[in-house]
Amino acid sequence: MIDSSIPEGGELATLSPVVSLSGVSVAYGSNVVLTDVTLDFFPGRITALLGANGAGKSTLIKALSGANPRYSGDIAVDGTVLHLSSPVLAKAHGISTVHQKVADGIVPGLSIAENVVLDDLANASRHPLRNTKQSFLDARAALATLGLDWPDSLLAQDAARLSISDAQLLVLARALRGTPRLLILDEPTSALTAAEADRLFDVLRALRDTGLSIVYVSHRFGEIEALADRVVVLRDGLVQHSSERPFAWHEILHDMLGRATELEQTRVDVRRGQGVVARVNGVPLLPAAAPLDLEVRTGEVLGILGLIGAGKSELAELLAGLARPASGSLELDGEPYAPKRPSDALRSGVVLVPEDRQRQALLPGWSVAHNISIPFLKISSALGTLRTSRETSRAREVIDSLGVVTSGPNASIDDLSGGNQQKVVVGRWLSASPRLALLDEPFRGVDISARREIGDRLKELVATGDAGAIVLSSDVDEILEVADRIIVLVAGVVELDAYADETDRASIVGAFLGARTRDQRSTHDEGHPK
Amino acid sequence: MTSAPLASKTTSLAERGAAFVVRWGFIGVTVALIAFFVITEPNFRTVDNVFGMLKFIAPTAIAGLGVMLAITVGGIDLSVGASAGFAVSIAAWTMVIGNQVGVVAIGVVLLGGLLIGGLNAFLIVVARIPDLLATLATSFVIVGLKLLIVDGKSISSQMSLSDGSTAPGKFTADYLWLDRGSLGPVPIPVIIFVVITALLWFILERTRWGRALYAVGANAEAARLAGIRVQLYRTVAYMGCGLLASIAGLLLGARIGQGDVSAGNSLLLDAVAVALVGVSVLGIGRPNAWGTALGAILIAVMVTGFTMVGLPYYAQDFGKGIVLLIALLFSFTFSRRRTVVTAGSTTSS
Repeated sequence: MIDSSIPEGGELATLSPVVSLSGVSVAYGSNVVLTDVTLDFFPGRITALLGANGAGKSTLIKALSGANPRYSGDIAVDGTVLHLSSPVLAKAHGISTVHQKVADGIVPGLSIAENVVLDDLANASRHPLRNTKQSFLDARAALATLGLDWPDSLLAQDAARLSISDAQLLVLARALRGTPRLLILDEPTSALTAAEADRLFDVLRALRDTGLSIVYVSHRFGEIEALADRVVVLRDGLVQHSSERPFAWHEILHDMLGRATELEQTRVDVRRGQGVVARVNGVPLLPAAAPLDLEVRTGEVLGILGLIGAGKSELAELLAGLARPASGSLELDGEPYAPKRPSDALRSGVVLVPEDRQRQALLPGWSVAHNISIPFLKISSALGTLRTSRETSRAREVIDSLGVVTSGPNASIDDLSGGNQQKVVVGRWLSASPRLALLDEPFRGVDISARREIGDRLKELVATGDAGAIVLSSDVDEILEVADRIIVLVAGVVELDAYADETDRASIVGAFLGARTRDQRSTHDEGHPK
Repeated sequence: MTSAPLASKTTSLAERGAAFVVRWGFIGVTVALIAFFVITEPNFRTVDNVFGMLKFIAPTAIAGLGVMLAITVGGIDLSVGASAGFAVSIAAWTMVIGNQVGVVAIGVVLLGGLLIGGLNAFLIVVARIPDLLATLATSFVIVGLKLLIVDGKSISSQMSLSDGSTAPGKFTADYLWLDRGSLGPVPIPVIIFVVITALLWFILERTRWGRALYAVGANAEAARLAGIRVQLYRTVAYMGCGLLASIAGLLLGARIGQGDVSAGNSLLLDAVAVALVGVSVLGIGRPNAWGTALGAILIAVMVTGFTMVGLPYYAQDFGKGIVLLIALLFSFTFSRRRTVVTAGSTTSS
């Protein structure tokens, strides 16, 4: 048994890593999402992997678990360099992964026992006839590694009937079959209550003490503080930080949310809004969160900063008519505002640039002009008949105002780069002079210059004094660059609300830390895995 | 025909060739086939034959335009054959048993078509059954219902009923005019076919409602966020499909002159094939009205030509199958564009 509090150097150096990465990079096309990652995972230690959206966490996990064989650099297991070309191969070499969506790991219709021993179904060396008795024995043995003693009557039931936390344990038990050397857990507590999470932590500590190396991905600092031996932070595809206990949380957050860059300067042009365009009155963003009150003002860009599960997208969905408030109410221009569907919001002048460009915004194969005009077909037509000239002129305005790099309005949207596609989407929604523009992660996968142009366009919009804008992001730099007023949202609660010239990076990061202690008590708040 | 590497940006000669074939292949095949029959078969090039072919294919084409509407919103409708058959029998029943004039029968049939489309839409949009399965199930229900109504029999004028009496009504002239009438040299079915095609082309390409229908098929979630009532448009598309299938049935019934219970059985596969050929014509990669019409014309040319040169009737099915297969290869394999036919898709909201 290995003690978890091994000091750095000395003893540790005598231990050889179970898995080591050197110079691992992953690129999708010309888009590099993971750059030169060099990391060692030692036995008997829990490594927490942290990073904001798009930092490269899932990419790293995919490479490690064999789900993405198209990586460069070396991954060595027990000192031997291997090419992890498939999940089966990774597992055969002792790398086991539990993915975030537990439900995806359960095959409904099969019994609990069969679900535990599911990997055997794909194992060619197994006897082709299913032996129920043997699978029960194997399942019980696997569950025993977690200290679970489920009776046969339970094992025979349909796995779909398990509660989410029991399903989580089932998937974990399956991952632990064949005694893995490295266990990867991707946000394992995102669907668990605090008590269930505690139960899981006890199991993980026991597993660590048997010499298992664990990679633990989470957004919850409380959990990491309680569990991890080491923290690794990814940002923009790079390892930004790696440190042992005791954790310097300030530094970790800085590295995770963005280091101060040379680009940063004190904002001198911070606008203060005049009127109120929208109000949120006592609406809980997340099932267990306290009711939220929020005032959105005209003439300023409001930046809302929060990690996954903080309630950002929920807030945007409420205002854009995609979801209805569980309780409380919304106001727009002082009037009650209860949009039933996106078209209602649109008619009231509330527009949403959604988080996922490909899935929620783009019409593949369509021209730039047609992509831009889609919400405004009524405006660009007379008696229902489309007026091409109106569509084209609107597209030209968008192309000019945002500097979209394209051959023209008739170019296919598929031929544009990601940043330019995003400019088209943002331009589409801002082209109708909205009252309130909501932009959910508008800068994801967008280069600096596109980001600058989108930001400028937003400022131009609010400068008229009639419109409000909200940018929702998990990146401090993005928010500091674009926002006049900054709100930090943690677990559906406002932790900070200040104008950009009244606050600074340290206070913003501090707002996250202030929430850390509460985070530990209310781990079930983030009940919405994306 | 070579499938060029899709990722490379520089267009090689092979790629450009493939693109050319995708774009012009179908029109080329149709023109070549027509040229072949025009040269070899003197009867083929008569005006009568041209209208005859168009008249013959009109029901298929109209049902195909219905399927096209379903494909436009990202779905499929496999109940068009059953709906057309239902229309044939119901029209006959209304006139012969119900002793009504043709206009009433036409009204009843069109209403029935809308209802069938509404049922499909309900099952797909509200009950969230995958389109393929929902319309497969309704096609059985429709056929069964038809047989129950007509007592399993083909209905003809002056037929004797089960109580020994003679049916009161007959196929009226106004109904039969749908098949036998003409405007100058142009038969009525051809006029209906062309008018519907032009109308659908105009709606889909030139109006905002058409654009919205395409948007629902291209990316339902993006369409919804753009304020388009996705469920409403899908409902309209399926109801339109039901309506067009019943129009196809009306023309079929007027041609046969009786309520043949087996009418419409072979219509489904032809209609789906025609709509899918339409997707691939000109390399457009999305369902469209003139492409669907061209698909229908290609099949008409083939069937007529094959018959004239003396090939057995079962060679037609082989020819149609090959045409469909080539259309699918063009749409899915060789086309650079992503084809938007997504049968079996469901949208959540």
